[in-house]
This record gives sequence, structure tokens and C-alpha cells, in this order.
Amino acid sequence: MTQAGTGPGITVAAADAPAPVARLPRRRGIELALIVLAVLLSVCGYCAVGIARHGALPPGAAGYGAGLGVLALLAHLAVRLRAPYADPLPLPIGVLLNGLGLVLIYRLDLETPGDRAAPAQLVWSALGMALFTGIVLLLRDHRLLQRYTYVCVAAALVLLTLPILFPAVNGARIWIRVAGFSIQPGEFAKVLLAVFFAAYLAANRGALTYAGRRVWGMQLPTGRVLGPIVAVWLVSVGVLVLERDLGTSLLFFGLFVVMLYVATGRTGWIALGLLLAAFGAVAVARLEPHVHGRVEDWLHPFASIEAGLGANQLAQSLFAFGAGGVTGSGLGLGHSVLIGFAAKSDFILATAGEELGFLGLTAIFLLYALLVERGFRAGLALRDPFGRLLAVGLASLVALQVFVIAGGVTGLIPLTGMAMPFLAQGGSSVVTNWAIVALLIRLGDSARRQTTAPAAGA
Amino acid sequence: MTRHIRHAALFCLLLLAALLVNAARVQVVRAPEYDANPANRRPDIARYQQPRGDILVGGRPVTGSRDTGEHLRFERTYRDGPMWAPVTGFASQEYGTTLLEHAEDGLLSGADPVLAPLPLWNDVTGARSPGGDVVTTLHAGAQRAAYEGLGRRTGAVAAIEPATGRVLALVSTPSYDPGELSGNGAAALRAWRRLNDDPARPMLNRAVRRTYPPGSTFKVVTAAAALDSGVVTDLDAPTRSPDPYPLPGTRTRLTNEVPGCADASLREAFERSCNTVFAKLGTEVGVPALAATAERLGFNDDGLRIPFPVARSTFDTSVDRAQLGLSAIGQYNTRATPLQMAMVAAAVAGGGQLRTPYLVERTTRASGSVVATAGSRPARQVMRPSTALRLKELMTGVVESGTGANAAIRGATVGGKTGTAQHGVGNSGTPYAWFVSWARGERDLEPKVAVAAVVEGTAADHGEVTGGGLAAPVARAVMEAVLRG
Repeated sequence: MTQAGTGPGITVAAADAPAPVARLPRRRGIELALIVLAVLLSVCGYCAVGIARHGALPPGAAGYGAGLGVLALLAHLAVRLRAPYADPLPLPIGVLLNGLGLVLIYRLDLETPGDRAAPAQLVWSALGMALFTGIVLLLRDHRLLQRYTYVCVAAALVLLTLPILFPAVNGARIWIRVAGFSIQPGEFAKVLLAVFFAAYLAANRGALTYAGRRVWGMQLPTGRVLGPIVAVWLVSVGVLVLERDLGTSLLFFGLFVVMLYVATGRTGWIALGLLLAAFGAVAVARLEPHVHGRVEDWLHPFASIEAGLGANQLAQSLFAFGAGGVTGSGLGLGHSVLIGFAAKSDFILATAGEELGFLGLTAIFLLYALLVERGFRAGLALRDPFGRLLAVGLASLVALQVFVIAGGVTGLIPLTGMAMPFLAQGGSSVVTNWAIVALLIRLGDSARRQTTAPAAGA
Repeated sequence: MTRHIRHAALFCLLLLAALLVNAARVQVVRAPEYDANPANRRPDIARYQQPRGDILVGGRPVTGSRDTGEHLRFERTYRDGPMWAPVTGFASQEYGTTLLEHAEDGLLSGADPVLAPLPLWNDVTGARSPGGDVVTTLHAGAQRAAYEGLGRRTGAVAAIEPATGRVLALVSTPSYDPGELSGNGAAALRAWRRLNDDPARPMLNRAVRRTYPPGSTFKVVTAAAALDSGVVTDLDAPTRSPDPYPLPGTRTRLTNEVPGCADASLREAFERSCNTVFAKLGTEVGVPALAATAERLGFNDDGLRIPFPVARSTFDTSVDRAQLGLSAIGQYNTRATPLQMAMVAAAVAGGGQLRTPYLVERTTRASGSVVATAGSRPARQVMRPSTALRLKELMTGVVESGTGANAAIRGATVGGKTGTAQHGVGNSGTPYAWFVSWARGERDLEPKVAVAAVVEGTAADHGEVTGGGLAAPVARAVMEAVLRG
């Protein structure tokens, strides 16, 4: 389990340095054990659905387990080969959440025989894990990404604006259709933007930290550096208005404010950010009927019932969570399909809540929390500002996304359509999340590698 | 920067903590409220995911379940629905349940905790027991005879086994097919609207939920009170009653449909159904004694459940002497359900002992093991045995030589009493024809069946509405069916 050793290219500590740093454990065995556990848990879930629904093991259980296992194993081998010091937790967490997502989608497919989403999701998961493997194998150092700062932001903006050319689906203009596949380019843009923010902020920290005038005890930034922030805010609002995608807009802006705060340490930025966000949100909620309706639903989830129109999606989602109670109905035994449209994507958490109960939901939230925590830990351990900001950005991205959609379907905040990372149906989202995990692996590996070379940090 | 990363991490931790707290609020604190929301379909889905237990008559189910494959999976079906509807009621996914389907719903739907293999078992496992069956006391032949006897007419029949109180037949016409209401689709909605808008009121259970003026059949009660209280001691002694009889304190002179009522004996008056004699007898018995007899027989009781509730039959106790005279011949505020009048006949047939009627013989689990057995309720002595004996004599006379000749059955002793109840403003409505009776087969030690039949007259009857003409043949068919076994 605790294989020790030094990878190629590591400068072994000098003879006068204390011995322990040289024998840093790689912990790849732990990772492998956890991956096996994650695959087994997913296969158990798959079998539980089959037994609950048909009284027999589902025919594809072995194939499903083998497929997920082989993919996870390949990813693990890539990590072993190219990121031996990486954190052992992110990969098994990704495998478990992805496997559980596949189980939940397969389970919901049983209710909609004409519309099967699990096979496509399995293909996308394979693609995502392949991308993970590719990133781990090819991206030898995260600092290489810094070179592509402006390529990243340009690509992100193109991806964000692309769906405007395509027709709106269910009120939101966030999809493009290519050869029968629905792709959500905004998902990919998230990672690219996180890379851009990290690089931009790492490069301009000094200028941004330089304080302008003092107003009401707060340091305001100078006008010269205000430009980029206003630009990002405008892009966020633009996304909101043109694509009617409140969630993505909220995510971008939240990500930017968090990274800006970490980069500069200025509370003034936070205040300004919140002010602008509040202004934007109120203005849009007033002017945009789609968003206004979401806020109304959040404030009065049962208004449609009282109006005699039956339960709306949010009310059905709350019913599903309530029906789950503490222990849940058991996989395959709930009725979250009553939510109807988007039960497999935006509302996937309601199925988890109903069938796995509060306990299962807690476990899922803790898995996300653990993933986020590993990201922040890598950020704390890294020495280069770009790496630190990138780790914080990616971790915050996961946390914010989980908060926005999980808070939305449980009635904590207004509902905004967004994919639950790894769990929800949606190829773009799964692929993006595997990219995030790959980057976290790379950052974690770098963070621990540098500790083996104390001279570099001295 | 490190400090600020920690702040950002703390912020993310707070977001996830907020999610957890909110999840606990939704899934634990507010869950009961969500579960109880009428728009939440989960209780219905659970209820209809398994076939409903059956209602059995003579060992054969009169109900069934159909797998629709929809969300609300199983729908109720009925065999001979209109005939059994006054017993079964309906079990609708949209409009709830009535009658036996309602009274035994917990057992039929499987929700009743007594069905669980162990106490609290279903609460812990979240499972649902298969629906249990309800075995009724009904006599299939008697029910069919009553239903076919009433035919297209509006009316009702109730039949009881006097020795036990078992309900043998419970029919109401016009009836409806409860199967039409089982589902939750457009067809059920159309049927629901049509049945509710129908002026003939097919969903009204006239046998137990409607009261009629009992008319002359109430004279059985008046005679019982007169004999019990000693106002009449000799059936054949003249009663010194005038014809017409001026109602005390009024100028109204009560007349009879038939001659020969002046100064008639109780036997003659009973066989001819003399209003004058019984109105006078009623005033002589007085309110307390007459009301006591009526109430012992079940009048003024709104607590009767068989197991679904039976409408209250009334005998007004705050009346003057004129009103008392009318009440004693089943008019004024005297009203009775057909089941109530069957109970009167059963009390006479049972030698003055009355047993509370019941419809459910036993309930069983899906496996066949017995959940509960109704058994016979304790008998109550509601009139003196000697009074019952003499009333039997009087009622037999009605069938042998009086107004109830249509009810006579070869090879059996039949006692009965006809009634033709006026109603409406100034008695303008077409009258109701009544017949209450009991029958004992040649080889039986005691009467096997007591029946009350009521048939609502129509304009097409041209005033020829009599209990002996319209209701007695129906009652005879029911009694024959029971005596045949």
C-alpha cells in the first residue's frame, strides 16, 4: 500500500537533508483499492435495481461492471505512469459518482422504455475517462497551460456564444446539435474559463492588488484594472439574457469572484462582485419572464397545486425527496419519474434522494465535499500562483455547481438548469468533469512532487 | 494567498453544509407534510400497485381487479355490478370508495395492519400486505330474485335471516355499474357526471340510505305496542272504533280504503288494514309506549352499521294525539328504511327477539386465514314472546285471507303485511307500495327469512298501487329463493 520511491526526473534530496522527504509514499495501492470498491458499489447498485424491478439480476451487470472497471483501471494506470504522487482520492470519487449516475439513469430508463439514456451516458463516460487518461498522459506539467491563456478565453467565448445560433430548447439556448448529438458547449467553457482566470489573475495580481480610492472603509480597485472585471460581468449577464441560462451565469460569476478574492485578498472585490451580481440578478429577474418564473416557483413551490394545475416539477422534486425520508425507498422502488421532463438530468438528485434517502444523499454530498477539499488541499500545497489559483478555481467550480443545482432541486435557491457533476445525464458535463478530475490529479501530483525537492521551494 | 484559499475553502464548505441542512429539512422535517399533499400521487400509486381483495357472495367473488399497466396499476372490476352495487359500492381511483368497498377499504387495499405477518412489520419494511377478502352473508339467489323482481321499477329490498341477523339480500333499483367509475380516465369522469346528474338517482342505496313513509306496514309496530302494553288482550274482541275516525282535537275524519272497519277486531283490522282502528289504537297506547316499542325495533337509532351506516328511521315523539294517530299508521313523520322494516318482520318471526343485522360474515387474508369473524350479535328481546306469537298469527292471516295473498308460497308458512304509503303535498305523489313478511319452510323449526320490499308507484300504474299488488310478488320471490336454499 505504501510503496515508496522516486519517480524519474525527481531531484533526490541532498545528503544533508533529512531522510523522510525522500521516501514519500505514492499511495497508488490505496487508489486502486478504492477504485475496486467504487466499481463494486456501482455494480451492487445496478444489481439492486434489477432485483427490485424484475426479481432477478439484470443481464448486463457483468458487462457493465467490467466496462466501468476496465475504464477506471486504464485511468488508474495512466495516473500510476505519469502522476505517481497524485492524490489517491479524486479518481475513485469520480468513478463512484459516475457509476452511481449510470445506475440512476439506468433505473430511470426502466420507467421510460422509449427513451433510453444510459447507453449514451456510458459512451460519454468512456469518452470522459479517455480524456482523463489523455490529459494525465500528455499534460506533463500544469504550467504548460499558462501558455494558452488567450487561446483558452477565446475558445471559451466561442463555445459560449455558439448556442445562440441554435434554436432554444425548453426556454434555454444552451445546446448545439451536431450529427444527432446534443452538446452543451458551456460545460467545456467552464474549465477553459477557470484556466484563463487562473492565468490572468496570476499574471496581474500585483496590479489588481494595488488599491485605488478608499470608500466607506473599503479599498476600491483602480479604474484601469476594473475593465476586465466589468467585462466578465457583462459576459455573464450576456449569457443570462441571450441564452436564458441563469445557472451558468451564476457559476461564472461566482467562480470569478472567488478566484479574484483568493488572488488579491481584497474584500472590496467581493463587495463589488456581490453588488454587481445582486444588481444583475434583480434586473434580470424583473425583466426576463423565464427567470422571473423560476423565482416565483422557488418562493411558492405549491402555487400551481393551489391553483388546481397539479404539482409542478419543483413540487414533484420536493415530494420525491420527502418520500425518501431518512433511509429511502431503495433503488428502483421510488416514483421520482413523476417529475417528468429532466428527471434524468437536472433532477437526478431527486431520484437519489427518494431511493437512497437522506443517508444516501449525505454520502453523495460528502463525496463532493471530499473532492472539493482535495482540490483546495492541492491549492494550499502548490507553490506557483497559477497552480494554486487553478486548483482553487476547479474545486470552487465543483462546489458552486453542486450548490446551484442541488440547492435548486431541494428548494434552497431558485432552480436553474444545470447538471449535477458526474450524476446527471449529459455527455458534455461528464466529459468536462473528468477533465476537472484529471487536472486535479495533475495539480496534486505537482504539489507533492515539489515537496520531494525542497531546494525548489527554499 | 494561503489565508485566502482557506477562506474560499470555508465558503465552499458552508455551501455544502447548507445543502445538507436543507436536505434534512426537506427529507426529515417537512417530509410528512409533503407525503400528505393531495397532489402527491405516491400514496395512490402504492395503493393501486397490487390487486384489491375481493368481496365474496356464496363463495364466489363478485369483484375483481384488472391490471392496466398504468401508474395506478390495478382497477376494480365487478361481476353483475348493478345487482351488487347496493352492497359493494364502488372503488374508484378518482372518486374514492363507498359502502363495503369503503367500510372494508383498509382490508381490501392491504393497508390494514392486521394483515401484516408480524406487528409493525410493514412499518419497518415499507412493504404492503396483499389485499384481504370480505366474505358476505348475502344469499346470491335471494339477491337475484329481488333484483329481477324489481326489474325496471324504482324500489328496494332488504332481507334478513331472523335467527342470526345475517343480511341475505340488499337491492336498490335503478342501479348502476360501479365498474364504470373504477378508473381515473375520461370514461370514469363521464360516467360520474352522468350518474350524478341522473334524476333517477341510480347511486342512491334505497335499501339502507333512503327512508320512506312505511304506511300500513307500521301497523305491525302499533299492534305490537298495543299487545305488549295490554291495550288489546283479545285479538278477536271488537275494538269499539268508529269509521270514519275523527282525529282527536281536529275536524279531520280518517277513513278507510276498505269497508267493514267499524268496531272491527284487531285480527279483522290487521287483515283489512283498517286505518281508523290503528289510529285509534295508537292514541290509546300513547306516545311513550309506542315510541318505546318502535325504538326497541330500531327506530330513532342513527348508529346502526352493517358495517356501512344505515340511515336513521324515525318515529316522532313530540306529537299531539292527532299526529300520534297518523304516526301509528305509518304517516306523518314516521319514516323507515326498507332494512328497518325487514328488522320489524324479523323481530316478529324471531319470537320477539331481534338481532342486529350484519353483512360481513368474516374477513380473510389473501392466504385464506381468517382475520375476523362477525358471528351473531346478541339477541335483544324487543317484544313479549306472546306478542310475537300473536303477531305471527295476524301476519299469517294477511297472506292467507287478507291483502297479502300474492305472497303465499305452497308448502311454507308465510306471514306478511301490506302497505300503501301516501306522500307528497296533500298526498299528491304516486304512492309507495310496501310489503313486509317472513317465511318458514315446512321442515324448518323457525322462519328462515324476513323481507321488506318497497316499490315506488309510477303514473303509469293509474292509481293501482298497492303493497299486495306490486311489492308482495317481489318479497315472495326472495322468500322462495331463500327457502329453496
